[in-house]
Amino acid sequence: MSQEPGIGTSQEITGEQAAGDGVRRRDFINIAAISVASVGAATVLFPLISQMSPSADVLAESSTEVDVSQIQPGQAIKAVFRKQPVFIRNLTTHEIAEANKVDANTLRDPQTLAERTKEGHENWLITMGVCTHLGCVPLGAGEGEVKGEFGGYFCPCHGSHYDTAARIRKGPAPTNLEVPEYAFLTDAVVKIG
Amino acid sequence: MSFPWANEYKPSHPFMQWMDEKLPLPRLVYNAIGAGYPVPRNINYWWNFGILALVCLVLQIVTGIVLAMHYAPNALVAFNSTEHIMRDVNWGWLLRYAHANGASAFFVVIYIHIFRGFFYGSYKAPREMVWLLGVVIFLLMMATAFMGYVLPWGQMSFWGAKVITGLFGAIPLVGEPIQIWLLGGFSPDNAALNRFFSLHYLLPFVIVGVVVLHIWALHIPGSSNPTGVEVKTESDTIPFYPYFIAKDGWALGAFLFLYCAVVFFGPNMLGHPDNYIPANPMSTPAHIVPEWYFWPFYAILRAFTSDFFFIPAKLMGVLAMFGAILVWFFLPWLDRSPIRSGHYRPLFRKFFWFGLIPTMAVLFYCGGAPAEEPFVMLSQIASLYYFAHFLIILPIVSSIERPAPLPFSITEAVLGKDANAAPGKAD
Repeated sequence: MSQEPGIGTSQEITGEQAAGDGVRRRDFINIAAISVASVGAATVLFPLISQMSPSADVLAESSTEVDVSQIQPGQAIKAVFRKQPVFIRNLTTHEIAEANKVDANTLRDPQTLAERTKEGHENWLITMGVCTHLGCVPLGAGEGEVKGEFGGYFCPCHGSHYDTAARIRKGPAPTNLEVPEYAFLTDAVVKIG
Repeated sequence: MSFPWANEYKPSHPFMQWMDEKLPLPRLVYNAIGAGYPVPRNINYWWNFGILALVCLVLQIVTGIVLAMHYAPNALVAFNSTEHIMRDVNWGWLLRYAHANGASAFFVVIYIHIFRGFFYGSYKAPREMVWLLGVVIFLLMMATAFMGYVLPWGQMSFWGAKVITGLFGAIPLVGEPIQIWLLGGFSPDNAALNRFFSLHYLLPFVIVGVVVLHIWALHIPGSSNPTGVEVKTESDTIPFYPYFIAKDGWALGAFLFLYCAVVFFGPNMLGHPDNYIPANPMSTPAHIVPEWYFWPFYAILRAFTSDFFFIPAKLMGVLAMFGAILVWFFLPWLDRSPIRSGHYRPLFRKFFWFGLIPTMAVLFYCGGAPAEEPFVMLSQIASLYYFAHFLIILPIVSSIERPAPLPFSITEAVLGKDANAAPGKAD
């Protein structure tokens, strides 16, 4: 380094302009410029990240209305909610009794059937058709499908068994099938989401 | 690949020393855009446009990758997916306007960068390769921009694709089969749209590759400067970092200010309303023009209205349009003056400011105007001058011109001849 005085490198400027405490006057403008640039960069980053979140048309599909008047006791249908299956099941009195017979506290994810249904519509079991293990669609809602050892749903991917309240009883799934937010608009129409 | 007095990379942190032995990437950066790259001390604001072009390229790639996450290159849904981006995707309007106007900003910057080269003779030895690679980048940019404009699949997109591929139809004998091959059909449709999307995504990365070569070739002789006098001693240069990084930062701030003003307050200023109408193969828009950055060359294309000896007018226009850019490849050998900078070339300077610049302005204007008089006549005169400038005027000027005296060195140009002002004797 044979830099001559008057041309100056950053190191030499440090030497020339350093105040007693080692703070240079130029530090202020450096910090100010870098701060403004950082705020600008963060501002630019926000839309670049946000664009990957669900778009307005996807969010607009986030509720769905289903007519359940044709479902007989013991039958179930698969509806679509947020591009995922929802199981709407009209429980028989026998299935309700089966579910209530179990002491909820002994279960992996303790919940009673009453907690998983709406008051006045206890025979309607509405759950997501998405196994809580790794997201496969369990069997048991369709006509003639295997219902598993506990008469509810059975996930063929990794062998999770759900009972008649769609609670996890056996297999790797950590929690019961999720109950989505829903409300009965009339006795025949349920709004999911 | 630099001057002997360039600062040497000396990592102090043990990790950086370890890194320097295994993969000297920080050393490469230090020597390319750090304190290890000495730059002529007198370069002016026109020298900021290289970095600005690089920023534009990065901006286009980033916004482009994001847009490709939402766009669907299928003739059935392309237009709707563009509207989906504008209406539904979070910040989609911003990203698309940033990308569309980013293309315009890129061309503004690149035209200034090219004309900086014209004026200061940046294309001359030993920087011919820098120039040639630059022309290649410009051609790639034009292809990329054209194919990008087709993607929204609006009226201007469709008819732009039809007209531009029609240029290839002018080639004798094989023209029509080539046009059909390029489009994958008889008219632009799904096949063309898909390949344009594929290539529009590919070419920017090809540009990145050529930009690396462009900068590599530049760093062998080092940057040119406004005097055109080569660097002689250490006092002629200062390190790129922090001096020119700071100056480039300032220019970048100014550039972003103008760019954002357009993106936020006039995002459709440079576009055509017709492109918000879905592509319709049955109806051509009344006034069809390309994007503004193609106007000078479009004007040259349209300047040929009658057959030229045995060459049909259509082919002549196409040849002239491509020739207008190809002639740049020969520029280092057409302008034989040993003096680089226009500052020291009185005659060259007159032809630059009163010949080339007004000609480009006329071509710009006529390219965007309808194909009717007086614009056709003006385009013809301007096209004639354009080619004469490069093929006749520059060679003659460089042989008869009497250049002004050059400064002895860059340092002298900056500090004057006074020996006491020279560095090292300042105090």
